[in-house]
Amino acid sequence: MQPFITHSGIVAPLDRANVDTDLIIPKQFLKSVKRSGFGVNLFDQLRYLDEGRPDMDHGNRPVNSDFVLNQKPYDKASILLTRENFGCGSSREHAVWALLDFGFRVLIAPSFADIFAGNCLKNGILAVALPAETIEELFLGIREAPGYSLEADLPHQRLTTSDGRRILFDIDFYRKNCLLGGLDDIALTLEKAPLIDDYEQRAKKHYPWLFGDIA
Amino acid sequence: MRPRTLYDKIWHSHIVEEREDGTALLYIDRHLLHEVTSPQAFEGLRLAGRKIRRPGACLATYDHNVPTLAAEREGGAAAISDPLSRQQVEVLENNCRQNTITDFAMEDRRQGIVHIVGPEQGFTQPGMTIVCGDSHTSTHGALAALAQGIGTSEVEHVLASQCLIQKKAKNMRIEVGSTPAPGVFAKDIILYIIGRIGTAGATGHTVEFAGDAIRRLSMEGRMTVCNMAIEAGARAGLIAVDDTTVDYLKGRPLAPRGRQWEMAEQYWRSLISDDEASFDTTVHIDAGEIEPQVTWGTSPQMVAGIGGRTPSLERCADDSERRSLRRALAYMGLEENQAMTDIRLDRIFIGSCTNARIEDLRQAAAMLKGRKISSSLKQALVVPGSGLVRDQAVSEGLDTIFIDAGFEWRQPGCSMCLAMNADRLGEKEHCASTSNRNFEGRQGFGGRTHLVSPAMAAAAAVAGRFVDIRQRQWS
Ligand code: SF4
Repeated sequence: MQPFITHSGIVAPLDRANVDTDLIIPKQFLKSVKRSGFGVNLFDQLRYLDEGRPDMDHGNRPVNSDFVLNQKPYDKASILLTRENFGCGSSREHAVWALLDFGFRVLIAPSFADIFAGNCLKNGILAVALPAETIEELFLGIREAPGYSLEADLPHQRLTTSDGRRILFDIDFYRKNCLLGGLDDIALTLEKAPLIDDYEQRAKKHYPWLFGDIA
Repeated sequence: MRPRTLYDKIWHSHIVEEREDGTALLYIDRHLLHEVTSPQAFEGLRLAGRKIRRPGACLATYDHNVPTLAAEREGGAAAISDPLSRQQVEVLENNCRQNTITDFAMEDRRQGIVHIVGPEQGFTQPGMTIVCGDSHTSTHGALAALAQGIGTSEVEHVLASQCLIQKKAKNMRIEVGSTPAPGVFAKDIILYIIGRIGTAGATGHTVEFAGDAIRRLSMEGRMTVCNMAIEAGARAGLIAVDDTTVDYLKGRPLAPRGRQWEMAEQYWRSLISDDEASFDTTVHIDAGEIEPQVTWGTSPQMVAGIGGRTPSLERCADDSERRSLRRALAYMGLEENQAMTDIRLDRIFIGSCTNARIEDLRQAAAMLKGRKISSSLKQALVVPGSGLVRDQAVSEGLDTIFIDAGFEWRQPGCSMCLAMNADRLGEKEHCASTSNRNFEGRQGFGGRTHLVSPAMAAAAAVAGRFVDIRQRQWS
């Protein structure tokens, strides 16, 4: 996973609450057995006017010019500003892969769904939760200055707007470290194998019925 | 010892290591797999040269992608006509074979929707930690198991280490008191709760459902409630162990036996919240106030009683609420202040991990006996949750009731719940669906989903629109 230290980019406004992962990446694209290539179908139902199918040439589809990611300069955005409960619904990590593949590294919203936030973390995307009033101000800022950009600085837990305004954000210690290190957490957990062995030995005594094989 | 909630108890008994950063390495007892969210995890392990720590703790089933027509099912995976679906099924079959993971192949009578199969087999047991790359894993909490949906990276992590890194969630208790009216089912209770607290109402919490109305539910009804805990934002739902739980488990193929059963039962009975345990949040619901529910919008919180109407734009608290309401009504092709009973339907779907167990099929069939579905419908589908549910229904003659009424009687799978296979809505079609998500496009591009109980879906099939099943002609 790519570490996250700082990132600057254009902020695309998606003014919509409760964006679910079905909307982020519709199910017909989940048939892929890979982790990449989902970017062209990010927000497929909002981005294109026709029904998307995995076997299409997406470059030739009719696009919805009203949708923000089809408008310049937001087609090059790498920061997404949106409303509460972003990423609710299905646990599909494909939603995060699609955002990443499109080029997003930072998401800003009043709140994120739990499973989705965990998936962001595993893929080096910084999900910044801010109070609703601050989010509102950012939306206003974009309306006044289209093409608005931000710098996200994780070590300092700070967003800096292009006019120099600073917004501090909270992030828990664990998440911050994961993102900064870009660590392979499976490798780290596997270093704990002796502890896991010990746990299993203890648990086998207390709950022996949990250790038969499923067959 | 400090009084503890049920969640606290299961959490603490699975800690491998507590860390200074507030997370824990949590041991996972059981892992369910399906074809859509697992291929990248197996691939990741292969690339890193890692082994699966406990293949014997895993169970795989094929459900999301599989066709539900008998003709396409008979030839096994090779006969699936959609090449991408076939590939996903075959990839999981290979992964199971190479890693000695037990799977229920498409032709196996035990095959079905992952969250129906787990409890049915006794794979799901109280006090366990269970994960699956699927958000409706919360279903298994009905048996007092800490069951959570995870992403594919976490699937890989659990396969490799049998552990998950997690921060403990907060405790929430939703107390559902008194008795629901006849015609009001578990599905109505959970939809009503979501309408009350919202789709983010339980974010960051593990929810314990309690109270008389929950106690009186059958095990299957409890699964319906916990299934949709995720639609209220909770990763996990829980219901304490009682006789209903223990009786349900007795004799299931994977339940413990003999001396181990006795040990297990004694332990299971301790899986209740202590009297004095404290919850970060408590919500009280009066089941007596609940009407049969119908969702009218594009989020499960956009729900009303059958006697209700879509909201009026004037009453919105602010602009952003008004915008979201207007967008939802426009997508659904409905007006403000429109009566639920005025919604005309094109298709009916009875199925999904929320409502495709035997009791669900019985409740639907009870509405259909001696009746015919409306000629205005394009299609009415029943998709049992597993091969065993299907067999049981056939042995009770329910299939005949459905078929005589005009329903199609299909093979088990997720089907039109997410429309990854051929079962889907056309643009602008309204569907009465017993599933759990009414998101835009969920059941097909431009499709319009209304979530209801199986009995409500069946009655709506007869009438061609939503009706109040508390009225005498339906009881
Ligand atoms: S039935 Fe629907 S909600 Fe349940 S596991 Fe299948 S797709 Fe997911």
